[in-house]
Amino acid sequence: MHRTRVTIVEEALDANNTIAQANRADFDRAGVTVVNFMSAPGAGKTTLLERVVADLPGVRAGVLEGDVQGSLDADRLAAKHVPVTQLNTDSGFGGECHLDANMVRSALPQLPLDDIDLLVVENVGNLVCPAEFRIGEDARVMVSAVTEGEDKPLKYPLMFRTCDLVLVNKIDLLPHLDYDLDRFLRHLDHVHPDVERMLVSARTGEGVDAWRDWLVRVAGRERALA
Amino acid sequence: MHELSLSRAVVTTVEKHAAGRRVAVVRLRIGRMRQVVPETLYFYFDFAARDTVCDGARLEMELVEVQLRCTACDHSWAIEVPSFRCPACSSSRAEVTAGNEFDVESIEVEEDACIGQG
Repeated sequence: MHRTRVTIVEEALDANNTIAQANRADFDRAGVTVVNFMSAPGAGKTTLLERVVADLPGVRAGVLEGDVQGSLDADRLAAKHVPVTQLNTDSGFGGECHLDANMVRSALPQLPLDDIDLLVVENVGNLVCPAEFRIGEDARVMVSAVTEGEDKPLKYPLMFRTCDLVLVNKIDLLPHLDYDLDRFLRHLDHVHPDVERMLVSARTGEGVDAWRDWLVRVAGRERALA
Repeated sequence: MHELSLSRAVVTTVEKHAAGRRVAVVRLRIGRMRQVVPETLYFYFDFAARDTVCDGARLEMELVEVQLRCTACDHSWAIEVPSFRCPACSSSRAEVTAGNEFDVESIEVEEDACIGQG
């Protein structure tokens, strides 16, 4: 026996990226804009979707709901009378902590792509893994709740750098917290200067109009390009 | 915590190139941006490698520091903390020129030395 060195130099996530491109091509053909919606667990993704998803002027929205287990979030969104597809990640060896391109691809046959203009993919709550895996999205949105602390952009730079919009949620709680909003925004500016950001409260509805407008704008922009 | 998925991605990539040969060494180049914890990757790699050509292979990692270039003024610099605004001109147009890697650099495979000599 002897050893042979084989030079490879290949991005280990190439396989995922290739499938993501195929997903994106399918979404483009169907004229559907895809938003990858990410945050830590409990930051308010589902509530922020509940606020807007049934009320996007001129845009028919659908949701792909990624969860490690169960359909609690999907049930909440289905109550808004928008098409919701559930994707549980507990296949293979153990529940995945994120969605990858292949999981989304496996859900494609169940998605009503002909009946929607916008697909919001609610990723598994996690600030690390979802940032690594493209799924074929046109845009990435993340939610950072003020209850999470001001240091999060510095701790999770990949997530904060790869998103196109940051929703700072739960601002109705600011009077009750030691959270320094300016400090958070300074950290955000270090990690992703000039990234679009919105201050919102899913609970009170403050700032939610801007979030709704953003989704309508993004869906329209893709259609204009199609 | 993403090290399990990353380990599986490494094994998949290596399997493609190993062509059935047993793999003794896997060398990776990993940018600091990827926030990989080496000890965790070693741990999960052994797990992901089980019952594949990578079973028992040694993992070697080269960590790559983050380098940025400002596309506004062409200034280049290295960062140790995640601050992406250009220190020379304050522009936000920094591109990552190094530090985003997650590459399988090379592998060492075991081959039968007697092939062709029998």
